[in-house]
Amino acid sequence: MPDVLPENSVGLVTPQLYHFDEPLPLRSGKELKAYDLMVETYGELNAERSNAILICHALSGDHHAAGYHSMDDRKPGWWDVAIGPGKPIDTNHFFVVCLNNLGGCAGSTGPASMNPDTGTWYGPDFPVVTVRDWVNSQARLADRLGIDKWAAVIGGSLGGMQVMRWSISYPERVRHAIMMAVAPKLSAQNIAFNEVARQSITADPDFHAGRYREHNTLPKRGVMLARMVGHITYLSDSAMREKFGKASEQLKQASLNLGRDLRAGKLSFGFDVDFQVESYLHYQGERFSETFDANTYLLMTKALDYFDPSVDYDGDLSKAFANSDCRFMLVSFSTDWRFPPERTREIVTALLKAGKQVSYLDIEADQGHDAFLLPVPRYMQALTTYLDRVKLEISSHAA
Amino acid sequence: MRPDLDIIQKWIEPGSRVLDLGCGDGALLAYLRDKKQIHGIGLEIDNHKINGCLDKGISVIQQDLNKGLQNFESQSFDTVLLTQTLQAVHFPDKLVDEMLRIGKNCIVTFPNFGNWKSRAYLAFKGRMPVSDFMPYEWFDTPNIHFCTVKDFDEFCRSRDIDVITRTVVDIKHRDSWIIRAFPNLLSEIAIYHFSRKPARTEAA
Repeated sequence: MPDVLPENSVGLVTPQLYHFDEPLPLRSGKELKAYDLMVETYGELNAERSNAILICHALSGDHHAAGYHSMDDRKPGWWDVAIGPGKPIDTNHFFVVCLNNLGGCAGSTGPASMNPDTGTWYGPDFPVVTVRDWVNSQARLADRLGIDKWAAVIGGSLGGMQVMRWSISYPERVRHAIMMAVAPKLSAQNIAFNEVARQSITADPDFHAGRYREHNTLPKRGVMLARMVGHITYLSDSAMREKFGKASEQLKQASLNLGRDLRAGKLSFGFDVDFQVESYLHYQGERFSETFDANTYLLMTKALDYFDPSVDYDGDLSKAFANSDCRFMLVSFSTDWRFPPERTREIVTALLKAGKQVSYLDIEADQGHDAFLLPVPRYMQALTTYLDRVKLEISSHAA
Repeated sequence: MRPDLDIIQKWIEPGSRVLDLGCGDGALLAYLRDKKQIHGIGLEIDNHKINGCLDKGISVIQQDLNKGLQNFESQSFDTVLLTQTLQAVHFPDKLVDEMLRIGKNCIVTFPNFGNWKSRAYLAFKGRMPVSDFMPYEWFDTPNIHFCTVKDFDEFCRSRDIDVITRTVVDIKHRDSWIIRAFPNLLSEIAIYHFSRKPARTEAA
């Protein structure tokens, strides 16, 4: 909890709920008759309405990207390192919008919301939503906010997939598409990890086929397991060696310790937690399972699995970008093994084939997939430089 | 504006697609964008220089030329540029082949090792030439494939490369009749504009 808010923080923020009455047709063929979106904004929209940036969140993110909700908050929003006055996404110049996606569990309509048709929670009845559906709902939010064209749409991982979809579905509404740690679609290995996560949740006896709320319980054990599996894929081997390789006296070097720090200083010769890494994963998983809805987790992993914008174009991603009219900026991280640099380069290659303006940075970083959320200096510098240029464009349009 | 870039820009069609291999801080592409409204993409490996490109609003891909250019489609650019980099790549011959595949025409500039100063340095001092222009010692130089104007002429002849224009200049990029008369001896920088001979294009 901060005693005083840092000077480069957006400060105390209050989310806004936007209600939409017009039914939203979904990719699955179903529709949402009405829905709410929970939204946070930072900075001011200029008179020309040309300085708006949309931030798209990843699997476990939400609308709270920057600042604090109260002075009691333990931590700021999930991308506070990048959003604020004087930060790469500079709120002195940009109007930044971030929302909780449909199906989420942080205030937007999702499985934990009431279903007006049944008078009980949606639970497992909440329709499977896709990245395309999210982007359509985000476009309606843009209409509501009076934003015809985003100066930039920015996101990492599953957020980057939304950015890609924006550039394909709404080419006239995006000036710059910035994606980090992203792939054009999931591989079998990616899907396999997601399925383990889903099975962890659905096999929890407290899951009750998704109707746990009616049973006055939560499948916390399953969500915890799902998060543990996911968390391993977000970290790199080197990051884990570093994080859990500090204590050993005999092997001071993390490279020799391999991150095998013991929790209690000695082996237990039982099946309880012996190593720090186990205890860390338990803690992360437990904390996550307190706040994150199990049905939402299932939905988010399906949105990942289903994402593949090339399906409408005979599997040729470059054709999907044919009408895109924005400039692209992609960033990958060397130790990301969830979406490694070569997966991001597949998108770069498709964009080059489509003849688009694209920049690509291959950032050396030890932190694995998580690096896109962290203040890796060269990454932050590149974002700053790129967006400074976008600022110039906006001011020259206004002039 | 660097004088060699001023020579090159005359060969670039307005509004054309230009790929600059080893584009540095993007100065040439920015100049061509502002002066000729080209659609440019740069390739660069150095982080600092890449930031220079982003600062100018130049599209830049972080990529190592030595690892190939398979991610570029055949004949997808009007002009492919390689300025002062040919001598630093692992396989200059393969890179020139790739340039010819990707671009309708190509421009290469390189330091001419056949220049009299280099020859005199080696002949009289018996040591590898070091100068303000090429300030590296033999062990730390990035320049691993030096060639002369004569070498490159022969390279083009043997590979059915059609040299559209060859310009040879001194280190200040001045062109003069005397340098043109004795290019291999007097020029310090060679600038070639070339394309694949038409017969080869049909076969491909």
